Amino acid sequence: MYKTPCGRFTGALGLGLKQKNLTRAATGHLVRLCRDGPAQKITFQRLKILKRQYVASSGQFWQRAKPQHEPPSVLEDRDDAIIQQVQQIPATKPPVLEKEPEAVRAARIEARQWKELKVEFSELPGIYARLSKIKLTALVVTTAAAGYAMAPVPFDPMCFLLASLGTGLSSCMANSINQYFEVPFDSNMNRTKNRPLVRGQISPLHAVSFALACGVPGVSLLTLAVNPLTGLLGALNIVLYTCCYTPLKRLSITNTWVGAVVGAIPPVMGWTAATGSLDPGALLLGGFLYCWQFPHFNALSWNLREDYSRGGYRMMSVTHPALCRTVALRHSLGLVGLSAVAPAVGVTTWTFPLISLPINLYITHLSFRFYRHGDRTNARKLFFCSLWHLPMLLLLALTCKKIKVEPDGGVASITPPVAMRD
Amino acid sequence: MQRGQNVENNNKPHASPLQNAKDIRAHPRRGSFPSAVPGKHAKIQFSPSSSSKHDWIGPPDRLSNLRPIIYHIPEQETPLERQLRHLRQETEDWNHAFWTNQNVAFSQEKEDYILLQLKAKGLSERDETGRKRTLNSEEMAVFYKDFLDKNFQKHASYNKEWYRRNFRITLLMARVALQNTLRTLMGKGRGKEEGRTSGRSTT
Repeated sequence: MYKTPCGRFTGALGLGLKQKNLTRAATGHLVRLCRDGPAQKITFQRLKILKRQYVASSGQFWQRAKPQHEPPSVLEDRDDAIIQQVQQIPATKPPVLEKEPEAVRAARIEARQWKELKVEFSELPGIYARLSKIKLTALVVTTAAAGYAMAPVPFDPMCFLLASLGTGLSSCMANSINQYFEVPFDSNMNRTKNRPLVRGQISPLHAVSFALACGVPGVSLLTLAVNPLTGLLGALNIVLYTCCYTPLKRLSITNTWVGAVVGAIPPVMGWTAATGSLDPGALLLGGFLYCWQFPHFNALSWNLREDYSRGGYRMMSVTHPALCRTVALRHSLGLVGLSAVAPAVGVTTWTFPLISLPINLYITHLSFRFYRHGDRTNARKLFFCSLWHLPMLLLLALTCKKIKVEPDGGVASITPPVAMRD
Repeated sequence: MQRGQNVENNNKPHASPLQNAKDIRAHPRRGSFPSAVPGKHAKIQFSPSSSSKHDWIGPPDRLSNLRPIIYHIPEQETPLERQLRHLRQETEDWNHAFWTNQNVAFSQEKEDYILLQLKAKGLSERDETGRKRTLNSEEMAVFYKDFLDKNFQKHASYNKEWYRRNFRITLLMARVALQNTLRTLMGKGRGKEEGRTSGRSTT
């Protein structure tokens, strides 16, 4: 080390001295710095901008700092990297890639910004969609619509629309309240950490207000414009989902069975919207959904065991793995059985068990493999199969629907269903 | 009970160009020591700009995965608003403490378990290529089940407390919103805020 103020540099002497100790690349930079103005302090910040690793200031010594260890995170996190390395459990992380795409990097940096909690009205529709889990709601409405369509009454478009709307609104409320309850848990799971309440895009009060604004009209619509039974089922479903299923998720594995009932109620609602009564046919359709939930959810939860464990969720896949696989298999077989019962109840013709046999057997086969091997691949296969299996099954049931023929030989005319608005 | 209002002047890094490019009028400050408020955990010190009238939410904390919030204090804060703010702050800190403990304990116990299993198998921690060995899902499943069962009581009591706090906060928020609406309707609105000074430290 030597004391050589920047201002007293002569080109040749400085270069000569420097080359003894510094690299060529650094030389150019430092010379440029000095050329900018000898009186200018070469501060730590300026050098950092250039991403050099030399610390110097005029009138002081030249010092070559140790090459800084780049932690695998964004630039501005460097300072608390030391703290974090002490606090965190050390784990090997891959070194940061040199060629990270700019968009990805920008997104990553953006995600670490502080944001103002101001509600942007333009973003509200998107926020509400995510809050109400709009895709899941759409699925629920589809199953309710299928329930309506399978009912042996003439199709009334108005009632159908009202029932679908009411079911959709009820589902929005249930999902929103669910997210409202689960904010800290959702923050800790990868699957759910980008939900609106977790990100603070709206306040809890806002979320609850939205839920009520959906649920109250939804249930009222079902009760008043469709029939009270459907309204009752809608309200029951909301209560079951928010007050039973959601808390139970963290207390006992029975949450899965409650969740299956929650999933089974919408088609029943569709049926009762059409007929006004809880027929065996309604229960059968509910039974389809109930049985389907187990292969679907058990397979999904199999690959999320670590997240569930850390988050404190009590799921069969974590606490009773053998039971998890058995139940999935059992209920896949149940699907086969229920398809066979459908004609007996008068919901479909006898062709239905036959044409639904291939897909039912396929999902049972995958459930069996999941039962036997219980590995991630089989779980994933079963889950993805369940995603297309249900729509297919409902579609097949619809095509095999038993058409009611009137005693006088004609097809029933379009009349409003029984027990509609009086 | 303020946080993030005390300005730490040392070790202020130069903000990266990308950050300044964004429309943020504040800059993050990294404190490499605990916050000035005793009893609070070490957190990123952040000062929103003085003209901001809203709360600010930060990135997820590394340990607890929860996002810290800096609450805006209106010029003439009513007692109800102060009660709400204190409750939210306290809940946030309580939540942060719980989840930090949870996550750290989970990671620690997971590492211990893996080491134990590897030792039982007679394997070293790292394989020939220098990467850490991992166990397969079935072996890990035993640990996950064990962790859940061990912590059942803790989780159950956390749940109950969280639900209670969440309800109380929401109710208070509703009361504050109602109070503000009534005040606006009766034309008694607050005094105009010229903007608070940044770095104001209040108790």
